[in-house]
Amino acid sequence: MESRDDYILKVLNLSVALQNQRILDNISFKLKKATTLAIIGPNGAGKSVLFRALLNLVPYSGKIEWSDKVKIGYVPQLLSVRDIPISVKEFLSFKGNSNVEGSLSSVGLDSKSILNKSLGVLSGGQLRRVLIAWAIIDEPNVLLFDEPTTGVDLDSEEAIYGMLRRFTKENEITLLLISHDVHIITEYSDNMLALNKCVIFFGESKEIMNPSLQRIIYGEAVCVERT
Amino acid sequence: MAEALIFSLVIGICVGLSAGYLGSIMVLEKMALVGDALSHVALPGLALGILFNFNPFFGAFAFLFVSAVAIWHLERVTKLAFETIIGATFTLALAIGILMVPEPDLLEALFGDITKVGLLDAIIAVFISIIVIFLIKIIYKKVVLGLISEELAISHGVNVARTNLLYLLLVSLTVAIGIKITGTLLVGFLVVTPAAAAKTISSTLFRYFTLSSIFGAICSFSGVLLSSYLNLPPGPLVVLSGITIFLITISIKLVSKF
Repeated sequence: MESRDDYILKVLNLSVALQNQRILDNISFKLKKATTLAIIGPNGAGKSVLFRALLNLVPYSGKIEWSDKVKIGYVPQLLSVRDIPISVKEFLSFKGNSNVEGSLSSVGLDSKSILNKSLGVLSGGQLRRVLIAWAIIDEPNVLLFDEPTTGVDLDSEEAIYGMLRRFTKENEITLLLISHDVHIITEYSDNMLALNKCVIFFGESKEIMNPSLQRIIYGEAVCVERT
Repeated sequence: MAEALIFSLVIGICVGLSAGYLGSIMVLEKMALVGDALSHVALPGLALGILFNFNPFFGAFAFLFVSAVAIWHLERVTKLAFETIIGATFTLALAIGILMVPEPDLLEALFGDITKVGLLDAIIAVFISIIVIFLIKIIYKKVVLGLISEELAISHGVNVARTNLLYLLLVSLTVAIGIKITGTLLVGFLVVTPAAAAKTISSTLFRYFTLSSIFGAICSFSGVLLSSYLNLPPGPLVVLSGITIFLITISIKLVSKF
């Protein structure tokens, strides 16, 4: 029997309109604690806007209910670090937490060699790991990652997802991530939410292997009935 | 004259430090021309001070303050870049200011004059510089985080709109005290060039804003000193000092690449 506390997030009839355009329409889903939800959908489907709504960064209608004592770590997709002379240590210390070295080692980075490097000279993989370190430095219980491996080569991508999976399981962290990669979704997430302004599919991630479902997700939008 | 020089040097150091510190944000924000353009808005305020015989600093600051708030509001309403809004409006202020300032005082207003600097000007400059530096220190991390990602900053609890307003007000204050030394036409230089020079040779934020502040102080101090010895307007000499520092840092950068 499910108790109320099993769920860390409940979204009910969520709609978002920006500049008079409907971006998300009547989105409803529930998420259990310490699970990983992959959010997928074509470009412009509203995936990043869903994250922004979950973070209360955009106005919305409907209900977003986080469980009590939720602490969210967030990494957006787009960052401008190339033109800013800022070291890894300075960036991570913005959060006012002293555990800079601990958070770097949690994401597989050697703090001695990287602490004083400028963010702008890091490789794509290193930068993404530093951003994950930023998100976990104050020990959140929910992580939101908007395409966490943007600008990263395939090997590093696998390593980052593997690291994320281990870290979230060990620390019972609920993870929401946006990804386009079918392999990543099946390997590293428990459930998936397919969006195209509305909910196309919400269920177990292994269902993505179903070709007819793939056609639905990346083809013409067919919204599922709200439950 | 000796007193005026000492007061001018004090103002120069204060303005240079705060303009260099503030400028380090402006250059990162790619708002280098904002300080320059905004400084022209001060001219009608200066003119009122000259015409009605009160300290022109207050007139300049009042105009800059109102303009900063108006620009901030317009940016929120129109979503146009600060630079675009300021670029579209500053020439009007410059034109009105030039028409208003009595001709004998025009050169002083445009390029600065250290001979008329008094104790009150120096006290105002020291006091305001301390406030400006203190407030920049508070908002610095917030602004930089907003530059890296506005969403990241907001999700971290930063009120980006309020931070931007405070930041524009600090630009206004710095420009208002800098006008005495460099004049309205050249004060924008003080918030751009020291920061550009510092950025060329910095890989950390601390080094960047520290160097920017020091370079700002050096170029305004040396500009004022040269102005006294050469009997020339200080503004252009501050610019020449700053450009020299800028060229030196570029040379260091080029040499370090080989």
